[in-house]
Amino acid sequence: MVERKKKTNNEIIRLKNVAKWYKAGDEIVKAVDGVDIVINKGDFVAIVGPSGSGKSTAMNLVGALDIATKGDIFLDNINIEKLHESDLAQIRGRKIGFVFQTFNLIPTLTALENVTLPMIFQRVPYEERVARAKELLTKVGLDHRLTHLPNMLSGGERQRVAVARALANDPEVILADEPTGNLDTKRGEEVAQMFNKLSDEGKTIILVTHDMYVAKHADRIYKLKDGKIENKSGRK
Amino acid sequence: MLKDFFVLGLNNLKRRKLRSWLTMIGIFIGIAAVVSLMSLGQGLQDYITDEFEKLGSDKIIIQPKGMGPPGSAGGSLILTSKDLKVIENVRGVEWAVGFLIKQGQARVGDESGIGFASGLTPEDRRSLNEIQGWGIIDGRDLKKGDKFKVVVGYNHIYGDIWDKPVRIGSNIEIEGYDFKIVGVMGKIGNPIDDGLLHVDKDILKEVLGVEDEESQIMVKTSPSFDTEEVAETIERKLRKSRGEKEKQETFNVQTSEQLLNTFQNIFAVVQGVLVGIAAISLLVGGIGIMNTMYTSVVERTKEIGTMKAIGAKNSHVLMLFLIESGLLGLVGGLIGVGIGIGLAKGAEYIAGIYIGTPLLQASMSPVIIIGALIFSFVIGTLSGVLPALQASRLKPVDALRYE
Repeated sequence: MVERKKKTNNEIIRLKNVAKWYKAGDEIVKAVDGVDIVINKGDFVAIVGPSGSGKSTAMNLVGALDIATKGDIFLDNINIEKLHESDLAQIRGRKIGFVFQTFNLIPTLTALENVTLPMIFQRVPYEERVARAKELLTKVGLDHRLTHLPNMLSGGERQRVAVARALANDPEVILADEPTGNLDTKRGEEVAQMFNKLSDEGKTIILVTHDMYVAKHADRIYKLKDGKIENKSGRK
Repeated sequence: MLKDFFVLGLNNLKRRKLRSWLTMIGIFIGIAAVVSLMSLGQGLQDYITDEFEKLGSDKIIIQPKGMGPPGSAGGSLILTSKDLKVIENVRGVEWAVGFLIKQGQARVGDESGIGFASGLTPEDRRSLNEIQGWGIIDGRDLKKGDKFKVVVGYNHIYGDIWDKPVRIGSNIEIEGYDFKIVGVMGKIGNPIDDGLLHVDKDILKEVLGVEDEESQIMVKTSPSFDTEEVAETIERKLRKSRGEKEKQETFNVQTSEQLLNTFQNIFAVVQGVLVGIAAISLLVGGIGIMNTMYTSVVERTKEIGTMKAIGAKNSHVLMLFLIESGLLGLVGGLIGVGIGIGLAKGAEYIAGIYIGTPLLQASMSPVIIIGALIFSFVIGTLSGVLPALQASRLKPVDALRYE
């Protein structure tokens, strides 16, 4: 059953008392423990915290990659905690674009094919998806690397391919988990600025990082500690 | 979408070239064995059916029971000229021919060997040659009153039976008696028929010291009679004249069609056993594919997680892995069919050159080829079901976290 929340403003993500508990041996680990966050369309939000603070778990929950132990997560006013796996796959494919720390490109596919892959799952016709992928790779400055396999690209280039792939189905939300973690400062800064640009274009961006320099690109920063929000700061 | 998945699957197989090849070896050995055995078996059946068709469906063959190769029957299990008379008098028998085929020693100069001699009266020879489409290519056939004359099979002159040249006019010694070669039979195509020595029946009896014996009697049914009914009458009359009880006969009466069926049944069983053995190797090949796919799922766990993160449904992942394992089977099958055809053709060539028999003919029917390809794809796909299910059911978050 799809549960719709009464539409009030232009909010796109709402976490309501969300918790994720794991069983590790006899112990219960509360990775995320009662988090409430509201993110509006076009927001650029950073979630920071030391490793083990629960920030990646929180991102996985928002990205419909994992299911919360309790609480509700509304994405575009739909409670995704109530959805079936195939509907979640559909939401991940259409509404969310992921960028990972380890790039996670498919090693057998060229840069162009990697960017077209999400569109294959959404049944976008061949010509249309190739044109779109070329356009996106041009946008991230990789129009000269279309037929390169990931292992022929530098770390920064790989992450730019990953950003292009995240944009393939024109999602409303970009979720980036430590996107600069495997890059040097200069390349990291380039990628961070790319997110600023996307934010300016109206994308909602959630950036998980432990690097405060990168987090400063965001409009708002949530600090997570032991699965709880410690404080919130930001320009907006 | 399916096309895209095929391209993705091929890509992945190419990425693990060595492993893909090793996996496919399991399949193509099995498919090659099945294809070559089936095509040779089919060829053999075609040849025999063809031979029987030449013989015609109106023939009946009477042989002593338990007869192995011609001429090997011994003891009381023989047919005699009395039996031939009985058969000739059965209603519906147009004519009956009694053969004498015996093993004996032949000699040319100081070379000697064991061969088969066939004894027929000249008239019977003529009718038989006509039925079988056999004929003389050099010299002349035997005629009435030909004593110590022989018509030799093709291989005596053109084959490698004798080291010394043998030709028309020269002598062959059979069981110590000199026979003059007067003619050569055309090539029949199997080493036994092409190595026969054809002599007059009465002379053969005399030379071999055989009193009264027919190795085999062949009957042609009159056109207006039913062959099977005539065969039953012959069996009844022979039983009576030989004083034998039903089911305990020492002779066999078979129409050419029954004989063909007997042969075909034997071949079907032999072929079934051979193909069954080959199928076991296919099963092993299938397990090889399953093993490869399981390894692949483990290695690509993170990749599966990524695909799910960018929108792949469980069914997409399932399909991707099934297509990949199906392709392993199909490509293995394609190579296997190629090798199988090569093996069968090779066997045909070797049999033709070194044994001189057309019995091993590779018959490449599209049914065998297409069937083998479909079968190999199905084996590949089935072998991939469990690994693919495992891959599709991975939780995205767990798969992404896998190191």
